Amino acid sequence: MSISRRKFLGWMGAAGLGVTAGTKARAASNAHFEGYPNSLAVLHDTTRCVGCRRCEAGCNKVNDLPAPATPFDDLTVLDRKRRTDAESYTIVNRYGAGGEGQAPLFRKNQCNHCLEPACASACFVAAFHKTPEGAVVYDASVCVGCRYCMIACPFEIPTYEYDKALAPRVMKCTMCHPRVLEGKLPGCVEACPVEALSFGSREEMLKIARERIRKQPERYVDHIYGENEMGGTSWLYLAGVPFRELGMREDLGVTPAPKLTSGALGAVPIVVGLWPVLLTGIYAVSKRKDKIAEEEKRQAVAQAVEAADQKAAEAMAKAREKAEKEKTGAIDKAVKEALAEAERKAQEEAAKAAAEAAAPTDDTAEGPEGTTPPAPSDPKPTEEDA
Amino acid sequence: MSASRTAVSRSLLTPFNIVAGLILAVGLVITVMRFTGGLGAVTNLSDYNPWGLWIGFDLLVGVALAAGGYVTSAACYIFGLKRFHSAVRPAILTGFLGYALVVFALHYDVGRPWRLPYPFIVQPGTTSLLFEVGACVALYLTVLFIEYSSAPLEWLGFRKARNLVVRLTMVLTILGVVLSTLHQSSLGALYLIAPSKLHPLWYSSYLPIYFFVSSIIAGLSMVIFESSLAHRYFHDKMDETHRRETDGVALGFGKAASLVLFGYLLIKVIGLAVDNNWHYLTTGWGAWYLVEVLGFVALPCYLYAVGVREKNLTIIRRTSGLAVLGIVLNRLNISLVAFNYHLPSSERYFPHWMEIAISVFVVTVGILAYRFIVTHMPILYEHPEYKDAH
Amino acid sequence: MEGGFFTLQDFMYFTKGVTYLIMVGALIAVTAFWLYLTDRDEDVTAEHEEE
Ligand code: SF4
Ligand code: SF4
Ligand code: SF4
Repeated sequence: MSISRRKFLGWMGAAGLGVTAGTKARAASNAHFEGYPNSLAVLHDTTRCVGCRRCEAGCNKVNDLPAPATPFDDLTVLDRKRRTDAESYTIVNRYGAGGEGQAPLFRKNQCNHCLEPACASACFVAAFHKTPEGAVVYDASVCVGCRYCMIACPFEIPTYEYDKALAPRVMKCTMCHPRVLEGKLPGCVEACPVEALSFGSREEMLKIARERIRKQPERYVDHIYGENEMGGTSWLYLAGVPFRELGMREDLGVTPAPKLTSGALGAVPIVVGLWPVLLTGIYAVSKRKDKIAEEEKRQAVAQAVEAADQKAAEAMAKAREKAEKEKTGAIDKAVKEALAEAERKAQEEAAKAAAEAAAPTDDTAEGPEGTTPPAPSDPKPTEEDA
Repeated sequence: MSASRTAVSRSLLTPFNIVAGLILAVGLVITVMRFTGGLGAVTNLSDYNPWGLWIGFDLLVGVALAAGGYVTSAACYIFGLKRFHSAVRPAILTGFLGYALVVFALHYDVGRPWRLPYPFIVQPGTTSLLFEVGACVALYLTVLFIEYSSAPLEWLGFRKARNLVVRLTMVLTILGVVLSTLHQSSLGALYLIAPSKLHPLWYSSYLPIYFFVSSIIAGLSMVIFESSLAHRYFHDKMDETHRRETDGVALGFGKAASLVLFGYLLIKVIGLAVDNNWHYLTTGWGAWYLVEVLGFVALPCYLYAVGVREKNLTIIRRTSGLAVLGIVLNRLNISLVAFNYHLPSSERYFPHWMEIAISVFVVTVGILAYRFIVTHMPILYEHPEYKDAH
Repeated sequence: MEGGFFTLQDFMYFTKGVTYLIMVGALIAVTAFWLYLTDRDEDVTAEHEEE
């Protein structure tokens, strides 16, 4: 994949390429990726490094970085641990100088140009990519500034221009990619006075490193840092002490960064493929359940109503009968009562009238006439209980 | 109807308004500083600590706590739990506001916010989990906006548009759940790429699953929590249905949250076993991890259960607060506390006060927007003209 | 670059790109398919729409 191809790889580009590249990568799911053949690398032999900071100066010059606060020949900066920052792509630190007679150790730090860069895997605008030449390069023209690349890099290399308001960039060593394309050496390699840095194809650098270890086993620990770390890097290190004493992490493992996320990324399309089916299924089932429940309810109600209807019919017949009885009973009772009342009143009136006959003053005629009900037919004796 | 409801004659100088006004003023000043002086002027971010509070809190916590929208609408529309219906609208509103604020806050955090659409229109970084998160959040925000838009459409009286949105509910709900599953889990998956920086007790290949499951807990708990707050402050804005159903919602969601917390606890333990991390439990980090898992997962799980068994709404409401805190703690642990655990303390990150101020500012904007919307639009009550249509 | 991929990163960049496009298609397709599936099923469609 060249820069130009990647650049044009927009959505549509990806779709179009599916036809051409897809066939060639058919067996790639279990394929092993070896990296670009003949890609270049730097070998840093820390046993040779004298901590002169010339590489820092060289890097500063070839990359037109701002002049440092303390000049490069001031070695007192080595007294404290430094890291790469937005104004320096590379840093030399001193380690382990403590014991008497023990020579201090130095290590140069910069981007390791991973074979499978975590920064490239993490960037959501694909601003980083591994070039066939070996460098991992960054494209500030698309960078959004999320700084996820900095989270991802296991070597804590990328830095950010936090002080720029308008166009902050991620800053990191470029392995002098433009110079290398011109056939020149990286600035730091060129500047190194003691050949602690060598530049060439990665295979060749590995060969040289192995050769040195073989020839002087007492000088070197038997490990080439970067051969396999995080899937391998294009910056390789030799050391005379365990690498952790040079401030390098030995617990990074050999898993290339893209592998760390491939599981989660692989799950994404599966969720997209199956979730809608699953959820629609659940929806349909719960809908169906509702409907069945409703249906059952309706049926149950219908049955109940039917049964109830029959019962009700019977009950109604009975009830009607009873009601009839009751009604007649009630009427009879009422009539009886009314009659009794009338009788009583009539008697009262009669008595009253008789009593008042001697002194006829009041209107007595209304009472008996108004209250006397029309005589009903024969009162029938009935039961009163309900 | 809105006219009558807005006629709340209250003095503008309530203590709440004064505090909110102050926060907004400070926030605006810092905003100017941020966009003229760069991130360095207002944050403690460094090359070792590229992500600070604005990612840890505003993004991770914000998205997790906005999960109520998808959880509630899934419960109501997909699982057919109609009795939660009155909870859907407030939950979708908070979801929508939550996501809108997350996106708003991101503009502070990224270096060149005007390029935020670049991953989708210029050059997609398809291998990045962040790309996945970005795509889903952008889509989901749109989905939430459409779902939520039925409320302002009712408010404005656009009947046709509103009915179309309601017709789409099912499709939107399913799409929302799919997108939420993806980006909630992918937020956890963001950290998969940095096993060497995140403490092993928090790093796990199950991180995406942890984030997804805990987002359900966050969603359920937030709905309970918000509804108890809304009850206190917006009681007059609620209709009968809402008031009647709230207790049922709290009970039902409390039960669900308890169950999910139980499952979450189980998979946390399984995670320990899978990576053989038991021995870390005896270290200081282990103690902190146990505080998180026992105090903010196991405890709320138990308390919810007690509350549900005893039908005690007070316990459930208090527990929801605890559970929400637990999610906040978990997200901050992963993004800030346990991240870069290997660095010396001098290189560790602690937020600058201005970062905190911006986070407070963002939350305040959210509360004000929420207040404006529930006092004006049919959120906590059903619009009289559309009662039938639900 | 004579075809193929040299790094896992490039391989994934390409395959994930294709997968994303498929995902967009899948979401549209599943909706369309559901409509096709329940087209004649008046009940479900009606419910589907009214809910
Ligand atoms: S060392 Fe870091 S910045 Fe350099 S290529 Fe590797 S991951 Fe990227
Ligand atoms: S800061 Fe820039 S280069 Fe780094 S991941 Fe974000 S967009 Fe990519
Ligand atoms: S390779 Fe180039 S950019 Fe990298 S450290 Fe050396 S001089 Fe600097």
